[in-house]
Amino acid sequence: MRKWVWIVHSLCTGFYTTLKHIFRGPATELYPEYKRPLPARSRARIILTADPDGRERCVACYLCSAACPVDCISMQAAENQQGRRYAAWFRINFGRCIYCGLCEEACPTSAIQLTPSFEHADRDIMKMVAEKADLQVNHCGKDGNYNFYDHAGVADAFRPKGGHANEAPPVNVRTNMP
Amino acid sequence: MGLWLTGYAILMFKIGVILTGVLLLAAYLVLLERKLLGRFQARIGPNRAGIFGLLQPIADGIKLLAKEDVMPRGAHRRIFLFAPAVVTGTALLTFAVVPMGPDLHLGGRKIPMVVTDMNVGLLYVFAMASLSVYGVVLGGWASDSKYAMLGSIRGAAQMISYELALGLSIVPVVMLAGSLSLVDIVQAQAGRPFVLVQPLAFVIFFVSAMAESKRIPFDLPEAEAELGSGYHTEYSGMRFGMFFLGEYVQIQVLGALTAVFFLGGWRGPFLPGPLWLLAKIVLVVTAMIWIRATLPRFRYDQLMDLGWKFLIPAALINIVITGFVMVGI
Repeated sequence: MRKWVWIVHSLCTGFYTTLKHIFRGPATELYPEYKRPLPARSRARIILTADPDGRERCVACYLCSAACPVDCISMQAAENQQGRRYAAWFRINFGRCIYCGLCEEACPTSAIQLTPSFEHADRDIMKMVAEKADLQVNHCGKDGNYNFYDHAGVADAFRPKGGHANEAPPVNVRTNMP
Repeated sequence: MGLWLTGYAILMFKIGVILTGVLLLAAYLVLLERKLLGRFQARIGPNRAGIFGLLQPIADGIKLLAKEDVMPRGAHRRIFLFAPAVVTGTALLTFAVVPMGPDLHLGGRKIPMVVTDMNVGLLYVFAMASLSVYGVVLGGWASDSKYAMLGSIRGAAQMISYELALGLSIVPVVMLAGSLSLVDIVQAQAGRPFVLVQPLAFVIFFVSAMAESKRIPFDLPEAEAELGSGYHTEYSGMRFGMFFLGEYVQIQVLGALTAVFFLGGWRGPFLPGPLWLLAKIVLVVTAMIWIRATLPRFRYDQLMDLGWKFLIPAALINIVITGFVMVGI
């Protein structure tokens, strides 16, 4: 008898639970009609950001390329007249990219960053290869006011010696003689 | 001769209407099931093809027709090709004896709203149900695949054991109606539907009919988790579609039979007979979808226990009690 009460009770609970869900309404979000705003730090399409001065951040150090577990980043380093390194060409094969974000972690200048924009599937595989022009943007991305050259400690045409952040002005070593 | 031709034309018309209706309903029951199942699981279900996904069955049909029809190398060719037709055919044939409404009188001619009013209609229904086992067994055997084979063995065992309970549960109804003809059984429910008089028989019939139609929680012959998809593992394209269609026609048959035996068939106030029958079929199917959304699959021994140790004895006791009550009255 006890067993039968238990059987009927568990059947009723089960059927009640499923019935409840009919009136709960679907939890589904219809994707192309409704696009859920993704967190700023979610990882999808990669961009090459600019520093606050508007110049490109990338110094073509190859660290992202080395960190990439699927070897989808390649570039050629070059140097301009002011003595700054830059990438002559920069290529990311999104057909290969796994969006792991290791390149972003490896980047010393905050140049390479992942963005929440993920809708770049394509039928033509060659369109998945992004060149430097496709990757470059004219804003700072997630790292609003970081400028690598403020901290680099390397004097150049824009920042003389002592012009960097947290850097003492240059000292005349001769006046300091004992 | 002219009379014969008219009769023939009317018969053909009836068959055409019923086949079209049944196949169309089967397609839309799939949609209903997917939609309802979605809601039970807090999802939406198909909604892309047409408004509310109303064109989904057509899209599915086109997809199945356009798919390649693959046959395993070791398959027994003729039986492999023939098996799906058995399942669908027997399910469709059952509808020949289901009464759709009261007799029509057109131009002094009595037109019964049933394809054929057999005096052994009930036996015919069970004969068709037994034949449909062949579709499952032959399909599984001819596939030359262990999963299909296991599925069809399970299917045969399950369908044969539940056929007994199914048949026995209907005996009290036959005793009350005094006839094996489905038309007479509906006539006998003029006062009250038999579900009120025979609730136990109704429960036994419904459970064993669900087992007969191989649906969750009785879907051991096609258990996806264990057997791929059981007896139709090796089928593809429209041949798989035939199995699928047969299953949904069988569900309709089940709904129609439940309606005829227990819910008063086409009887009901205000609406015309066919609509009442349709409403009752949809009601039964909705109940089955609800059950599918709720219960997990039985284990094989539980399945056999339920059939042999519970449903069949209960059906037998029900017959004896009904007999005593009828003699007492």
